[in-house]
Amino acid sequence: MAELRALVAVKRVIDFAVKIRVKPDKSGVVTDGVKHSMNPFCEIAVEEAVRLKEKKLVKEVIAVSCGPSQCQETIRTALAMGADRGIHVEVPGSQAESLGPLQVARVLAKLAEKEKVDLVFLGKQAIDDDCNQTGQMTAGLLDWPQGTFASQVTLEGDKIKVEREIDGGLETLRLKLPSVVTADLRLNEPRYATLPNIMKAKKKKIEVIKPGDLGVDLTSKVSVISVEEPPQRLAGVKVETTEDLVAKLKEVGRI
Amino acid sequence: MSGGGLVSRAAAAVAAATTAVRASQVPRVFAVTHRPLHTSLQSRSFAKELFLGNIKQKGVFPFPEISQDELSEINQFVGPVERFFTEEVDSRKIDQEGKIPVDTLEKLKSLGLFGIQVPEEYGGLGLSNTMYARLGEIISLDGSITVTLAAHQAIGLKGIILVGNEEQKAKYLPKLASGEHIAAFCLTEPASGSDAASIQTRATLSEDKKYFVLNGSKVWITNGGLASIFTVFAKTEVVDSDGSIKDKITAFIVERDFGGVTNGKPEEKLGIRGSNTCEVHFENTRVPVENVLGEVGGGFKVAMNILNSGRFSMGSAVAGMLKKLIELTAEYACTRKQFNRNLSEFGLIQEKFALMAQKAYVMESMTYLTAGMLDQPGFPDCSIEAAMVKVFSSEAAWQCVSEALQILGGSGYMKDYPYERFLRDSRILLIFEGTNEILRLFIALTGLQHAGRILTARIKDFKRGDVTTVMETIGRKLRDSLGRTVDLGLSGNLGVVHPSLGDSANKLEENVYYFGRTVETLLLRFGKTIVEEQLVLKRVANILINLYGMTAVLSRASRSIRTGLPNHDHEILLANMFCVEAYFQNLFSLSQLDKFAPENMDDHIKKVSQQILEKRAYICAHPLDRTS
Repeated sequence: MAELRALVAVKRVIDFAVKIRVKPDKSGVVTDGVKHSMNPFCEIAVEEAVRLKEKKLVKEVIAVSCGPSQCQETIRTALAMGADRGIHVEVPGSQAESLGPLQVARVLAKLAEKEKVDLVFLGKQAIDDDCNQTGQMTAGLLDWPQGTFASQVTLEGDKIKVEREIDGGLETLRLKLPSVVTADLRLNEPRYATLPNIMKAKKKKIEVIKPGDLGVDLTSKVSVISVEEPPQRLAGVKVETTEDLVAKLKEVGRI
Repeated sequence: MSGGGLVSRAAAAVAAATTAVRASQVPRVFAVTHRPLHTSLQSRSFAKELFLGNIKQKGVFPFPEISQDELSEINQFVGPVERFFTEEVDSRKIDQEGKIPVDTLEKLKSLGLFGIQVPEEYGGLGLSNTMYARLGEIISLDGSITVTLAAHQAIGLKGIILVGNEEQKAKYLPKLASGEHIAAFCLTEPASGSDAASIQTRATLSEDKKYFVLNGSKVWITNGGLASIFTVFAKTEVVDSDGSIKDKITAFIVERDFGGVTNGKPEEKLGIRGSNTCEVHFENTRVPVENVLGEVGGGFKVAMNILNSGRFSMGSAVAGMLKKLIELTAEYACTRKQFNRNLSEFGLIQEKFALMAQKAYVMESMTYLTAGMLDQPGFPDCSIEAAMVKVFSSEAAWQCVSEALQILGGSGYMKDYPYERFLRDSRILLIFEGTNEILRLFIALTGLQHAGRILTARIKDFKRGDVTTVMETIGRKLRDSLGRTVDLGLSGNLGVVHPSLGDSANKLEENVYYFGRTVETLLLRFGKTIVEEQLVLKRVANILINLYGMTAVLSRASRSIRTGLPNHDHEILLANMFCVEAYFQNLFSLSQLDKFAPENMDDHIKKVSQQILEKRAYICAHPLDRTS
């Protein structure tokens, strides 16, 4: 029925179960030999796109990732979950450090136009930097409407109904396509990439391009000065009465 | 120093040796034993060559590698499987309830884990042995699931892949790969466990020769209650080449739908309680002749090939479990304080971690070395290597899980923690898939048989005056008498082992050389009767297992250093540690094998056990007793 096409952006991050350690030179966290996987919110985004395809509302799902060669593993997972083909925007390791939301948004915006998609799906934020900016910036650069923190998505012809989780509760928006949607936790439960599907995904194509091919400038005006561990949490102190509590709080200068 | 004198002395030594040999000719050991233990083509496998004091480097050095593509493929597979097992498998519940929940089984099927080695054209994943071993590391997080999957694919349906014809493969494999049908392996009977050739289940050919009628009972069958396809072994009457009628074993593919197939109630087990183990009875079950697996009368070989092909994967499964245990116990040891210090600061606790890490390292190395050999083209015979992996890893599992539990102390004993379940689940490893006792005999005898054959041929050549053999023998005896240092090409500038492991490589070479010499001596001393000398055979097997372990770690560590893998310094420590320990163990075993060795208590052992078993009780007088 629909000839809609969707672009899903996925990010390769350190696995959520890993204990993060800061590098001794404080320039960042240890990534060598550490387990990486697809950002959980990106998985939810891929799942939603694939479900729309299974409902025959979307014709093609394209998975894209920006970064060094290992990103292809993440794209392959998206393909195993049901995406049709992948695009790897290759950014060598050294430059990848400076890849922030603005740079990625520029890439996604150019790709969305080039591939003529109607929907761009992303996870609401990445669990390594917690920026929560890429989706919004992409929509801004494209001048498309955006539905962020989506907990439910329904396609209605040439419009998309997005239920959003906001501080006050749930807000429902109706957006004209094309639009950008970012996925929140309760949107869906992503499927496992089964081993037979992983094998089938091997036959799907991943196109490798450079940011320069899209005419995107990756320079960043942000530089990381240092990365440190949060201060150690000290043990609390139990007090017997309210008077003691007030006295203690005064003692540490809180009141 | 006159060169002539030296040569004539050597010649005299050789002449003396020849006379001795001629006197008690190295016999053709096991020309035909009552129950032949070898089942595949005689090929020069690595382990067999060790019996001749040779280290066959091909396929072993350098450590087998897989392509980058295969590696990224395996890593892709590992992710979802690991996630499934950590998030959705409740091992405690499976153990308590004694079964695997239906939707866990369904998810395992959809993940594709029921057809890992079934070829792609029949709907499976068609993965290599190496990949299968890698997945085994994760699946072993739950013992019951491991055994259920292994019984289904490593033995239950393996026969169809190995010896099935096209029709059988096309008919049965697709539904087995998807998990729609589950398979079971039916060999063991109440009166036939280790002595598999003595089974009594019978299959009689019908009058019209179109089907067999199957009757008998099988016991301890994993998946017996779940399976719809059974690989069954039964005795059939076969007309031998000389015209006489003999009873030989035939393998059959039996469908539950053929009728007459019933199973008993699930057995209550010590461990792997989630797996289904029960009796399976066949009463006048009609099996079409098309369902004969392999050849009529060739069933024993089929059974041995099936068992040999899956055995090596126990190593990676246990390694996976040990790595998990190290994580769990390390967490505890580094946070629990006694005497105002963390447990991790105490030597006796540290020793346990070193043990677990070392065993895991050796096990991994042996498994992936064996898997790499098995994945070579052709049909390499790695049955001894696989058996060694099984024996080593099952015993290391039992030992290490016990130590891990010990680290937790009292808590380790409580059901609140998983250690007691790991302990109970691992006890079976020493029993099934061939008891370690039988496998030790198999390892020793197969190698001795190979050595015996080669040595007999060499003696013949020597006596015929074959120049090469004569020169080799003289040369060897000369070097031995001059106290040679053994050099089998492992160490030194041209060696395949990295220099930082040079010392261990020397120890391995020395052990291998003296092992080869000892094998000759044993064959000379015992001849055919060596089949009965189980205590001797046990030592031979133990030495061999150590040698294989040493080879595996040296090969792997050399590769890690040369490739520059992270933490290769730690690997050097582990490799050297194991090699030193194994070296001295081997020296002790080798000295025990000496005929008049004081360390050899075999006669005592035999006498003691005879006296006990005669009275079927402990016979010593009580220490408090008096005479009147």
